[in-house]
Amino acid sequence: MSGTETKGWSRQQMADRLAAEFEDGWIVNLGVGIPTLCSNTDTGDRDVVFHSENGVIGYGPVLPEGQEDLHLVNAGGQNVSLRPGAAIVHHADSFAVIRSGRIDATVMGAYEAASNGDFANWKVAVNAKGGGIGGAMDLAACARRVFLLLEHTTRRGAPRLVRRCALPVTARRVVTLVATNYGLFKPEGEGFRVLELAPGLTLDEARAATGAPLAA
Amino acid sequence: MPKSKLFAGFAEAVAGIPDGSTIAFGGFAGPGTPFNLIRALLAQGARNLTCVSNTTGGAHQPRMPDIGMLVENGQVRKVVCSFTAATRPTDVLPFARFLEAGQVEAELVPQGTLAERLRAAGSGIPAFYTPTGVGTEIAEGRETRNFNGREHLLEHALPVDYALLRACQADEAGNLRYRLAQRNFNPVMAMAARTVLVEVEEELLPAGAMDPDAVHTPGIFVHRLVRIPPPPDGLWPARRLERAR
Repeated sequence: MSGTETKGWSRQQMADRLAAEFEDGWIVNLGVGIPTLCSNTDTGDRDVVFHSENGVIGYGPVLPEGQEDLHLVNAGGQNVSLRPGAAIVHHADSFAVIRSGRIDATVMGAYEAASNGDFANWKVAVNAKGGGIGGAMDLAACARRVFLLLEHTTRRGAPRLVRRCALPVTARRVVTLVATNYGLFKPEGEGFRVLELAPGLTLDEARAATGAPLAA
Repeated sequence: MPKSKLFAGFAEAVAGIPDGSTIAFGGFAGPGTPFNLIRALLAQGARNLTCVSNTTGGAHQPRMPDIGMLVENGQVRKVVCSFTAATRPTDVLPFARFLEAGQVEAELVPQGTLAERLRAAGSGIPAFYTPTGVGTEIAEGRETRNFNGREHLLEHALPVDYALLRACQADEAGNLRYRLAQRNFNPVMAMAARTVLVEVEEELLPAGAMDPDAVHTPGIFVHRLVRIPPPPDGLWPARRLERAR
């Protein structure tokens, strides 16, 4: 994605802001893309277990080159570290953890987030042949909370926060929170509530870049 | 003593795979992927295959043998995957060209459903219900049922003829151990298949040398083992290169 979008939070700041919402004792699944940055966040005294769809339970930051273990990857294929107490399970058990409701929050990237709680992240165009579902539909349908991390607008400046998704949805009425470079937002039916704006951004600027009403 | 399941090489292990087979390929983002067996299957040339795997591959460099290469080699009729396109809209897989031209069929399956369909096949369960995918495009025209006030989709078991896997350790009886994230789909694919081929990273242990309590996949599910030679003859996972952003 674009490196030209410099308004508001950086990707790591977006991830850090969302990670501030993780509560002590939570099991949190991190998806491909920006969400992987959440495992680099220092959660302080809060004991948070990161789950990856490939069956890694209890992983930590991405390791620098030369220190990686090539047998250990997160959902994005990055070589990560293990935290004390980590465990490995096979794929069917990893998704048993997901479907049985044990994931307190799942953090995913998205192309569109709608104020009615729908979101889209598996097909780049309505008529696209093929798509990338991965674990997103299982996570979206079964996690207790769905957190999205995405750029506020497309490269061409079109809003990604909208009233209704134009793209095929991943799940309906499930989104809990959305963090973008513009701030932190909560879907509330016909619009989003602004929980926090990134430094330097005004509500009017955020409204101009959003495809749904924003309430302060 | 059990008869050793060790084969001399990858070509010998894949020699009998006929045209029209359904084959599951283990691996997730590198670890546990049977690169050497895929390369041997490319050379063996079986055609009209149905390939089951998480992705079609091809999104990262350096590129290792993947399902996409079997497609490009004209060996595949259909893929069953949780990704049939790259995760980034800006990446275009070589596979996409074949899909768009109608030269290969694709069944896109949510990853947890894919794993559970394989697990069901290996467990004598013909079908199951899952809440995954309800209200989405993949649910269109599908059989649903309400349980506990919630809609679920009917999903069928996915049995396969062959599974091609990679493990860290094996004994002559075919008992397997995987290392860390190498495990992924491999155990459920082993149980879903009638014939299981495994490329093994470490030197084969004699039967009796592996602690039975430490076995991940029991040898009764495993038929052919091949030891991976050191590079450059054997293929080993490489650090994936970051793509330009």
